[in-house]
This record gives sequence, C-alpha cells and structure tokens, in this order.
Amino acid sequence: MRDVAVIGVGMTKFGELWEQSLRDLITEAGMKAIADANLSGSDIDGAYVGTMSAGKFVGQEHIAPLVVDMAGLSNTHIPAVRVEAGDASGSVAFREAYLAVASGAHELVIAGGVEKMTDVSSSQMVNIQSTSCDQEWEAFFGASMSSLYGMMARAHMHRYGTTREQLAAVAVKNHANGVLNPNARFKFPIKPEDVLKAGMVADPLTTYDCAPASDGAAAVILCSMERARKFTDKPIRIAASVQASDTIALHDRRDICTMDSVVLAAKKAYAQAGITAEKVNLAEVHDAYTIGEIMAIEDLGFAEKGKGGIAAASGETALTGRIPINTSGGMKARGHPLGATGIAQIIEIVDQLKGRAGGRQVKDAKFGLAQSVGGTGATAVVNILEGGL
Amino acid sequence: MECGIVSYGAYIPRHRISVKEIARIWNEDGDGLSKGLNVIEKSIPGFDEDTATISVAAARNALVRCSVNPKDIGAVYVGSESHPYAVKPTGTILAEAIGATPNSMVADLEFACKAGTAGMQMCMGLVKSGMIKYGLAVGADTSQGAPMDPLEYTASAGGAAFIIGAENVIAKINKTLSFTTDTPDFWRREGQTYPRHGGRFTGEPAYFRHITSCAKMLFEAAGTKPTDYQYAIFHQPNGAFPSKVGKTLGFTPEQLKPGLIVPYIGNTYSGAVPVGLSAVLDVANPGERIFVVSYGSGAGSDGFDITVTDEILKLRRDAAPSVKQYVDRKKNVDYAIYAKMRGKIRMAGE
Amino acid sequence: MTVPRFWREIPQRYNLIGSKCGSCGTVDFPPRTICPHCRRKSIGKMEDIKLSGKGEIVSYSIVREAPEGFEIQVPYAMALIKLDDGPTLTAQIVDCELEEVKIGARVEAVFRRIQEESKSGVIYYGYKFQLAMPQVK
Repeated sequence: MRDVAVIGVGMTKFGELWEQSLRDLITEAGMKAIADANLSGSDIDGAYVGTMSAGKFVGQEHIAPLVVDMAGLSNTHIPAVRVEAGDASGSVAFREAYLAVASGAHELVIAGGVEKMTDVSSSQMVNIQSTSCDQEWEAFFGASMSSLYGMMARAHMHRYGTTREQLAAVAVKNHANGVLNPNARFKFPIKPEDVLKAGMVADPLTTYDCAPASDGAAAVILCSMERARKFTDKPIRIAASVQASDTIALHDRRDICTMDSVVLAAKKAYAQAGITAEKVNLAEVHDAYTIGEIMAIEDLGFAEKGKGGIAAASGETALTGRIPINTSGGMKARGHPLGATGIAQIIEIVDQLKGRAGGRQVKDAKFGLAQSVGGTGATAVVNILEGGL
Repeated sequence: MECGIVSYGAYIPRHRISVKEIARIWNEDGDGLSKGLNVIEKSIPGFDEDTATISVAAARNALVRCSVNPKDIGAVYVGSESHPYAVKPTGTILAEAIGATPNSMVADLEFACKAGTAGMQMCMGLVKSGMIKYGLAVGADTSQGAPMDPLEYTASAGGAAFIIGAENVIAKINKTLSFTTDTPDFWRREGQTYPRHGGRFTGEPAYFRHITSCAKMLFEAAGTKPTDYQYAIFHQPNGAFPSKVGKTLGFTPEQLKPGLIVPYIGNTYSGAVPVGLSAVLDVANPGERIFVVSYGSGAGSDGFDITVTDEILKLRRDAAPSVKQYVDRKKNVDYAIYAKMRGKIRMAGE
Repeated sequence: MTVPRFWREIPQRYNLIGSKCGSCGTVDFPPRTICPHCRRKSIGKMEDIKLSGKGEIVSYSIVREAPEGFEIQVPYAMALIKLDDGPTLTAQIVDCELEEVKIGARVEAVFRRIQEESKSGVIYYGYKFQLAMPQVK
C-alpha cells in the first residue's frame, strides 16, 4: 500500500439551504475541492459519494453517477460509487477513496458527502435519521435516534456521575468554535443555561444537546503522496484510516457507555499511524449528541473512561485546551448533514494542519484525528491525518 | 359431564374520568348524575389499547393462574362491540398472542353487551360434546359514548377471559340458558363511530324484561331461589339498573356488591358481567354459588348457575392481578386528556 | 412498516420468541440464525425459546420529539430492558408516571398496539413493558 494525501478540499455552508438542491450542494462542494487542488476535473479517475438517505430525503437513489454527471464529468465515464454507513457515510466514502488510491487501483479520486435533509417534515426527519438504527427492533417500537443517545447519556450519568452541566459544556464549547467557522450553521455563542433550559428532545438531552439536521455537502481530492506535491506544497498525509463495526442495535452492545467499535478503530489507527493519543493535536469527533463527544474522547484515549464529562467541563477540550476537540464547531454548531459530516471533519483537520483555519487555528498542529460514528456505534471510522510534511 | 370455569383473568385500563368531570363539560349536575347512575368514574383505554390488547391481557392473566397448555385450547371466542377491525378477527390476534394457534376454532362474536357470556356458552357446548379440551371465552370492549350522550358517562373499557373445560374446574356451571327476542333498544350501524339507543326504551322492555325473564327461567331450570346463592351478578350498564333488577328478583345488596364493579370503572359492555364474575371469583370460597345474568341489547340475556369447587383453592389466584387491584391502579384525567386519548380531537389530515 | 414485514415477526413481537444456542446455551432476542459466540458450531442447533417477559431497566429516555406515528403519545418512555432470560431489548414503558421509570426498576411485558399502517390500515401489535405490579406474585 502506498501513502495517500489529501490535495484539495471544498464544502458548502451547512444549514437550512432552501434554495439549493442535493445536486446543487454536491456540485458546489466538488467544484471547490477541484479548484483547491488546482485540477481541471478531467484527471479524476474515481468518485466516492457518501450519503445516508438521499432516497428517503429527496427520493433519489443511484446518487454517485448523478453527482459525476452534475459535475460535468459524465463524458469521463469514471466509476462512481455511492457509500452508505448511516451518518458515518462520508467517512466511509473517504476511507474507500483512500483504499482505492493506496492500492494503486486509482490515481486521483474524489470523495464527497452530501445530505439534503430539510425537504421533509420534522417527524419524517426523526424517522429517517433513525433508519441507521435497527428498524425492526428499535425504531419499530418508537425509539428515535435521540432517545437511544439519551439512554447512553442516562447510563453514563448513572454509572460515572456525569452531569447535565458537563453535557452542556460540550455544546457551549462547540458553539464558541462555530462562531469562528464561516461555514458553520450556528455562529453564535451559547451559555450553559441555554442548553439546560432548552426544550427536551429525549431526556436528558435537550435541543441544544443535539446537532441540527442540516443541508450541506463536502468533498476532498486524494492522490498518492508521491504525486501530491505536483498539486500542492502542503500535502496532508493520511496516516491512518480504520473502520470498525458493532451490533446494529444498541441493546445488543457489550456496554452502552463505551463504543467498542470506536475503541478498536482508534487502537488500530494509532498503530497504523505509529503514534499514541498524546501525539494528536486536535480531533473532530462525532457530537451528533453531546454525550457522543464525551464518550468519543474517552474511547479515543483523550480522557479516562468516565472522566469525559469532567474533561469537557474543565476546558481541556477547548480551542486552547490540552486537546482541542471539534474546532470546527462540531456537528453541534457546524451542522450535521449526515452524509456530508465525515468529509467536513476531514476538511477541518486538513485546514488546521495546513494552518489556514483562521481564528480557530490550533498552533503547530501536526496530527489531527477525525472520528465518525454511524447510528449508535454500529459503524465507527477513525482517520488520522498528518501535516507539516 | 362436569363443565365449567377452569381459570379466569380480568383486565382494566389504568386511566379514569369521573362522571362529575364529564358533567362539567355539558353543564349537567355531576353529583346528581353520579349518584343517580351509581357510577363514580369510568375507565379509559390507553392510546395503545383496544379490544385485542385487553383480551390478550385478560387471557394471559387466566393462563398464568392455571396449568392449562395454550395448545390445548381448541376454541377462542372474543365477544365485543368494539372489535378493532370491522373485517379481520380479534380472535386470531388473541389466539396467536397466547400461543393457541393454529389448531383452534376462532371467531369474533358481537351481541352488544353479552357477547362475552355467549362465548362461554359456546365453549361449554364444544367441551361437553368432546370436540375440544378447553375453550377460551373473552368479553372485552373499548366502548364509545357519543359526546353529550347519556352513555358518555359510563361507556368504558375492560374485559375478562374464562377458560372453559371439564378438568380442574374451579367453578362448575350447573346450568345455562338464554332469553332472546328482537328488541332494538341500542345499535350501531356499519361505518358509524358512535352507537345510538332508544333512551328510556332501553329500560323496561329491554334490560329489565330480558334479565328478569332469563333469571326466572334459570331459577326454574336449576330449581333454585335467591337465597341459595352467595353472589348475584347482573349486567351493569350503570350501578342503578343491576341493583334494581336484583332487588326485584329478591337478592340482597350484600349478594350483589362483590360483583358490582361498574361504580368504579363504568360499563365495560361485553366485559361488564365477565369482570363482575372475575371479581367474585377473586374472593369466592368452595361450595359458594353464583347467579349470573348478562344482557345484550338487541336483545338477549344469558343466565348461569355456578357452584365454586374445591379446585379454586389450587388455582394460583394471586399469580395475576385481582379486579380490585386493577380498580385501585388508576390515574384520573380531565375531559381534555380524555378527548385526546379517545381520538375525539380532530387532528391535521383527518 | 409494511404488512408482510410485520407479519413475519409476529412470534417475536407477540410472544417474545427468542433463540437458544444448542452449543453454548446463550439466549438471543430476536432469534439469531447463528450464535455470535459459537458461530459455525451453532449451525442447526439454534432452538426457539419463549422468554419470560420479566426484566430490569438498564437505561431509559423520555421521548418528546417522536417519530412519525408516535407523536400523540409524547412524552413516552423508551428503555433498554435486560430480560431475566439474558438478552436485552428496546421497548416502551407504559402505564406509569414518567418519574417512576428508573434504572434498575423491575418491569414485565404487556401486549399493546405499537403502530398502525394508517387510520384504515393494519394495526401492528407487539410488546411494551410496564413496571412490575408489586402485589402480584
């Protein structure tokens, strides 16, 4: 396997983008990525598109060739693959693109992610989001995705003494970061009491504990490390890309306070990158719900198991803290267009490692990690990127 | 051949609304109505409850008390005037949910408030003929009274199930018979949400005539008189009617009280006499005798002369909640919540 | 949900029929074709087993933003329930005050309407749970 680099990135703003269709979104993100990599587009020889539920959100399946078509590349006849792994779809698309280049089968590949969520009603939205859970044995009985994360939060509070204030600290921090991200959906700061007093979605999680369903798309261009310098003077190396799985239903997990898939993916990713958690300078993690970020920093080794809440509340994960988490604003403030999220995480890491993250720049960042979760942890992806090469 | 009740189980939903609260909405004299009807409050089915779920709960309570193998239940009859489907049996849902499928005769019955007792009679016939080992008869309803209709004060939800057989009989049915005429005192046409009734016509020519006629036929057939019985149970559309009919027939209030549940849960229609009989079986002792007459509009009455056997002491009566425990397990709601629970609020898209 | 999809799972949804591995004895719900512990050794040895329907709340959440078809029931409690027979499942807790839903609370299965296809469509029944009635032995 050869080393692979990210040579270009592009994304739309995330939010309620009433005037843009799914096609518009992914085309915009793709064009920006191609431009960022100084490509014409015709040299791309493969496309991977992550989308969780285009079929249910906008009635369109067979998304991958559509995306290539909209990008004006239909006459290149390149293979186009749609990837679906719940809200980890984008991350898995990224990993598939990485493997395609690393194996030597492809030279220049685009990995995109997109979701157009706001064309459906809010109760339909709840249903579609929960399609990445077990439909027959969770959703059928009335479980929403937020209620499953609510159960994780409740168990974490019960076992480790994690508090609602600590959960709120995650949202407050991510909003503070979102203020500094031009592409973020929420660019306003919030206070802990805003989170605590917000309407309950699924106890103990309020509206502000949940990432907002959003529209958006993101894309990155990958090529071999040796070719990368032809396109950029700051290639970002993919130091590790690992995926793991677990039971589809939360109720079948060994432990609902730990995502074994994340623990395993992280362990393998650190080994592949030849580093330890301490070497990571910043991370984008799956904060679809605030409890998700707390469990993520524990499972990734940034905090001791059960101490994630304390770490979040103490400022250790803030922009200026020991290990800045979700400098982009995370899914909470950047927005969470399911399939696009994984790619957006990669983009944040790339921008940070390239030193072009503006007001939210983490100084001297060399290693950045992106962790993505599908459903309640049935899919986990950990990607580690290396800059300064 | 001895034949009778092998086990029994009742179920009453948790929510209640008082007669007084319903009267408040329609500017009626709540205290007066409550006293006149002898009904304090009525049960309301939950959002997720219907005749099928009530039947399953009652039947499972019956099964958990005894050692009958569900596979030996050769007939399942659900009597109700509120089957969840107009076409598609409640009985198949029940039979599947208790494990009595597939070798079982199943049918839904409808005879206003007496379809449950009709099912008991049908099971007796099948058991006595040797066609089946056990039969399951359920009377259950989630009855609807139209808003502002006098029936709204009492139409409630609940039911009970009886396993009928010839072995380990806890209550022997010595005699059963019916008194039936074509008397249209209460009805619901196909496609209509609420039933209609003949007002005061539902009294003398309907309820009272059928019950007293049936009771007299039963006394004669059984060679008994009211003092031979410890308990008497009559259909209870409200608390006043059964008290009056009982008195007319020569029963004392003490004989009626254990089986008179309507003051606390309202009229459970097909479930009314079955729930009353369950309440009596909750407390009955060997050798005691029970007089039962149901009534179904349209119209007919089923009479039962029952003797409790020594077997009742072997039944695990405390393995399932008693009627009293269900009566006591309650949560009262106001009319707005009641209207919401019963689908009386017109929602978007309806 | 569609009628055939629902109908296929009636034994599980009505009667909590799980599976037991003939090799290691592990009980699963819903039933599995292959035991996750014994895998190949379990092939042909998985047997149906009726679960007791009694168990304990592992965790729970109160749903206030409901999926389609559940809106009228909010707020309602969803819980992970560890059955005495071994497996854990997800179900609604009904017929109690929401404050009574607690980790460790004893619960028992009841039979309820879960969803309906539409006002004129098929009604999908299945299990929910209630707090164990303490007075019942």
